Amino acid sequence: MNRDEADPGNPVEAGLDTAIEANELTRKFGAFTAVDRISFDVRQGEVFGFLGANGAGKTTAIRMLTGLLTPSGGSARVAGHDVYTEGEQIKRRIGYMSQRFSLYEDLSPRENIRLYGGIYDLTAAEIRERSAEMLSRLGIEAVGSRPVRELPLGWRQKLAFSVALLHRPSIVFLDEPTSGVDPVTRRQFWELIYEAAGRGTSVLVTTHYMDEAEYCDRLSIMVAGRIAAIGAPAELKKEHGTGSIDDLFVRLARPAVSESKGPA
Amino acid sequence: MSSSVSARSLRKQFGETRALDEVSFDVEPGELFGFIGPDGGGKSTLFRILVTVMTPDSGEAQVLGLDVVRDLWALRRRVGYMPGRFSLYPDLSVEENLRFFASVFGTTLERELQYIAPIYDQIAPFRDRRAAALSGGMKQKLALCCALVHRPEILVLDEPTTGIDAVSRRELWDLLGRLREQGMTVVVSTPYMDEANRCDRVALMQSGRVIALDTPAAVAASLGRPLFAVRAGARHRALNVLRSFPHAHSVLPFGDVHHVTDVRRDVPADVIADELRRYLADAGFADAEVAPAAPTVEDVFIDRMGAPR
Repeated sequence: MNRDEADPGNPVEAGLDTAIEANELTRKFGAFTAVDRISFDVRQGEVFGFLGANGAGKTTAIRMLTGLLTPSGGSARVAGHDVYTEGEQIKRRIGYMSQRFSLYEDLSPRENIRLYGGIYDLTAAEIRERSAEMLSRLGIEAVGSRPVRELPLGWRQKLAFSVALLHRPSIVFLDEPTSGVDPVTRRQFWELIYEAAGRGTSVLVTTHYMDEAEYCDRLSIMVAGRIAAIGAPAELKKEHGTGSIDDLFVRLARPAVSESKGPA
Repeated sequence: MSSSVSARSLRKQFGETRALDEVSFDVEPGELFGFIGPDGGGKSTLFRILVTVMTPDSGEAQVLGLDVVRDLWALRRRVGYMPGRFSLYPDLSVEENLRFFASVFGTTLERELQYIAPIYDQIAPFRDRRAAALSGGMKQKLALCCALVHRPEILVLDEPTTGIDAVSRRELWDLLGRLREQGMTVVVSTPYMDEANRCDRVALMQSGRVIALDTPAAVAASLGRPLFAVRAGARHRALNVLRSFPHAHSVLPFGDVHHVTDVRRDVPADVIADELRRYLADAGFADAEVAPAAPTVEDVFIDRMGAPR
């Protein structure tokens, strides 16, 4: 990863070296334990892959870490704030992008940037400056005033990612950001992820493309509410004697998937 | 024996977008045929035309020898279609959905139970659960049962593995492989390039056009330039170093290695590999590993797709 070109003008609050610290974090829905005592941390500037089968508890864990859902037990701090009591501060210090929804399709890129800038209390000058910088970095100044829905999917995804970083969060959550995009755009998207990490932003990313798991600094694999494996991709493959993260994933997740009773 | 699907010069335009641009192909009986490509490639439009829910602007297609425009009513009862979006009734239970689809085709769940058992058995423990509450993989298995319940002669599945996890994906491909062994013709689409290898033949689709069509092995072998897998520490920096290599054609991360192709087609691979090693060593990557690699379908897709959109 390209950590040697850190941009001194960026952002991340001084003194914080851990973006997420989760300890025995748990969430129950009635008798069903969706997330079962997971412990992990994400360091500042790290690209962390958050993998798991459908229904393994990833979405529930992410909702707790983004301040949207109160845990049933355990503890977690995100961007230095407590998930139980400081949900609002957390929301201001994180970025979020999902495949399904991120930008307003009827608004232009410039209007989306202005809207999100306003939501995050940026000044008019900051919005102007960051908007120009973002459109030029993505090479889309020419379409900056066209409705987002007219842009190719790949451009929309890259723009959505940049908008999620607009307020310079200390960590950004990416939920299947590359679903359905072509193989070149998918890789260009990962270069944006590396660049953001190089500037000190932590990235927590979920994906169903197992080759992308190999691009993470570290990753965890959730199975039936628990973290079944965690570490750098190379270490994990060595430790489990598998040739790829795909094989490791299938080996760990297969028994649980067939009998999973969790909600989707 | 005539083809199960025969498409000639299909075109479809939506406003300014050319969704299908002169698409022609044949699918042979009993084949597992895959359309591989990203969103916006034209796969769903093509499938809608094949199952008679949309008409082409021009060109023609026959499925099971029946014309997709003129013979739609005869064709519909002989085709099983699983759309890309989950389109079962979320408020009905697993069993209620199946009963509904069986009744639409004039049959009953009881009559077809044995036929769909290999798949239905896997979701039967959840027969009373609302479809909306199933996991992604289970939903797809239910949708597959609903597409099969009238015993179609050909199955058309639009992205059945999109958005579901790697384990469920493998299970679904195993099921499709089993249907093929029983003689079913299966036409399937996917954005996951690695799934090409589960098909007998594949068509790669990009921006409404078929950019390659053959067996997965033949498509992969058609790259036509030397390809190398490079393993180096500080991966992102190594990527930029490789891009500055004067003869580099494309440099892209592929899982835990970088794939590098060379613009020179007439230089032996071992000579290029040595040059790459020296070039990397000069840039501070003394222990980079460079090995000639077998191209994948994804390498060929990237090579043929032209400028990304």
